[in-house]
Amino acid sequence: MTQLALVIDLNVCVGCHACVTSCKEWNTSGWAGPLTDQRPYDADPTGVFFNRVQTYEAGVFPNTETYHFPKSCLHCEDPPCVPVCPTGASYKREDNGVVLVDYDKCIGCKYCSWACPYGVREFDEQQKVMKKCTLCIDRITDMSLPESERKPACVLACPTRARIYGDIHDPDSDVSVAIREQGGYPLQPEWGTKPSNHYLPRRKTRIQIHEDELVRVDNPLKKEALPTLPEAGETLDDVAW
Amino acid sequence: MHPAFSVIFLTTLIGVGQGLFLALYTGQLYALANLLPAQSSNFYAVGSMVSLVLLFAGLIASFFHLGHPERAWRAATQWRTSWLSREVLALPAAMGLIFLYGTVHFFDLTKPLFVISGTLPVDFSLIIGGLGTLAVFGLFLCTAMIYASLRFIKAWYSPLTVANFLFLGIGSGFMLAAAFSAYQGTSLVSFYGTWAVIATLFGLLTRVATLYRNSQFRCKVDLKSAVGVHHSQLEQKAQGFMGGSFNTREFFHGRSQGLLNLIRYAFLLMVFVVPVILILLAYALESETLPLLAFGIQYLGLILERYHFFTEAQHPQNLYYQSMA
Ligand code: SF4
Ligand code: SF4
Repeated sequence: MTQLALVIDLNVCVGCHACVTSCKEWNTSGWAGPLTDQRPYDADPTGVFFNRVQTYEAGVFPNTETYHFPKSCLHCEDPPCVPVCPTGASYKREDNGVVLVDYDKCIGCKYCSWACPYGVREFDEQQKVMKKCTLCIDRITDMSLPESERKPACVLACPTRARIYGDIHDPDSDVSVAIREQGGYPLQPEWGTKPSNHYLPRRKTRIQIHEDELVRVDNPLKKEALPTLPEAGETLDDVAW
Repeated sequence: MHPAFSVIFLTTLIGVGQGLFLALYTGQLYALANLLPAQSSNFYAVGSMVSLVLLFAGLIASFFHLGHPERAWRAATQWRTSWLSREVLALPAAMGLIFLYGTVHFFDLTKPLFVISGTLPVDFSLIIGGLGTLAVFGLFLCTAMIYASLRFIKAWYSPLTVANFLFLGIGSGFMLAAAFSAYQGTSLVSFYGTWAVIATLFGLLTRVATLYRNSQFRCKVDLKSAVGVHHSQLEQKAQGFMGGSFNTREFFHGRSQGLLNLIRYAFLLMVFVVPVILILLAYALESETLPLLAFGIQYLGLILERYHFFTEAQHPQNLYYQSMA
């Protein structure tokens, strides 16, 4: 079975919000739209977004590190939001595992949003139905698009390639390899919801090297400063035969 | 969670309505066993009517919670998995049976159909009332399980939630039955009053246990697990927006701890202490108005209780909305 998902690399996300705006642009004008706003140009603007980028800071100044954290529906493999829906409007697609809402069936009871521990469903105050990330279902299933464009809008927009898209059930897909080799992890795994989207952690590359390893002891071409000879006199290495 | 008044009125009103029906039927059973004087059919018919009106008012209130009430019928389809859907089925079922129960009494269709062991005459009202009782208990279960089945919301995820809905509904329903029989001038006031006090005291036990439980536990997940950054000092700097969103409106009550404490003391007094004292006083003074007052105060208290019930719930999504920058 296929389970489409995103892997988001927190190591390279710079928090530019390109995914947020491209998501809103694509989805408000497409199949899943509109994503309505209230008071968009006033003091207290609010509206529906499928994707938000939050910012966290770890540590105490000056030793801090900033994490930009994109957050959207994780398309859980065992989604608690689906069985609670009284109308069947919330469902998980059999063929690719994407969790969707049928706006024509939704009665706007908001119960599904109570049942999602991640807070990624957003109620549309104007259309009075529940909305959430569709993984751009209208793009990824559109066979008229070239394959390179059959990806969610956010993935195509990300300038740092922090968002990887693919089937996590295929062990050779980009996402599976990334999860496996770069320590991909799910959010709030304690609940057993088995989120499909994974995150890649901050990664630091450090080599263990000691001071004395930086300067060569033997220096045949005299490229570096002459080493001070050990007191004991010449070693076998220093003798030019 | 943000307390929604539509749901507060729904759960409290149908609770009273269900309790009142249970009171009527209990009265009938006691009368059958000759433990209480039999009542006129009018008593049962009008009582069922009152219960029905309460359930109907609750139903209307629930519609205000929906974005698309005109599609509400669809909510009956997922009863296999959704407690909300089950409630949507149980409520009309209970209403229908209570309506039939009242109708049977109103038209005096209470001639025994058959007699069990020569002592127990069974008529329509007994059978319909029995089915109604089942439906009412089913409805209590469904209503409570809507909350008690959400395993992420620890404050609700407990059998205590079911016990609270049950005892508070029965307590307030019997309280109304006491007020109703006092108003009708029947002799059942002390019977209903006693049971109202007993159910209310059970409710006190489970509600205080809930409050204690909720003051003790900590959420299973924390910010570290929510973001996946396991640093001991992790702090939110931005939520991704500045004007608020559904997530900041629906899941936060936005009330000060002081106000919540006040509400808690108020509901503990109004639901449990004052009505019990008033019923005892009514018993001593043989007053006809005090039971009505007891019910009125208890119902207002129940509204506060339900309000507090929502504010007690800490949703794990709130971890992602801790500070705004
Ligand atoms: S992240 Fe929330 S809305 Fe998305 S599938 Fe999981 S539980 Fe449902
Ligand atoms: S808000 Fe819509 S999708 Fe969510 S549980 Fe209610 S009917 Fe289902």
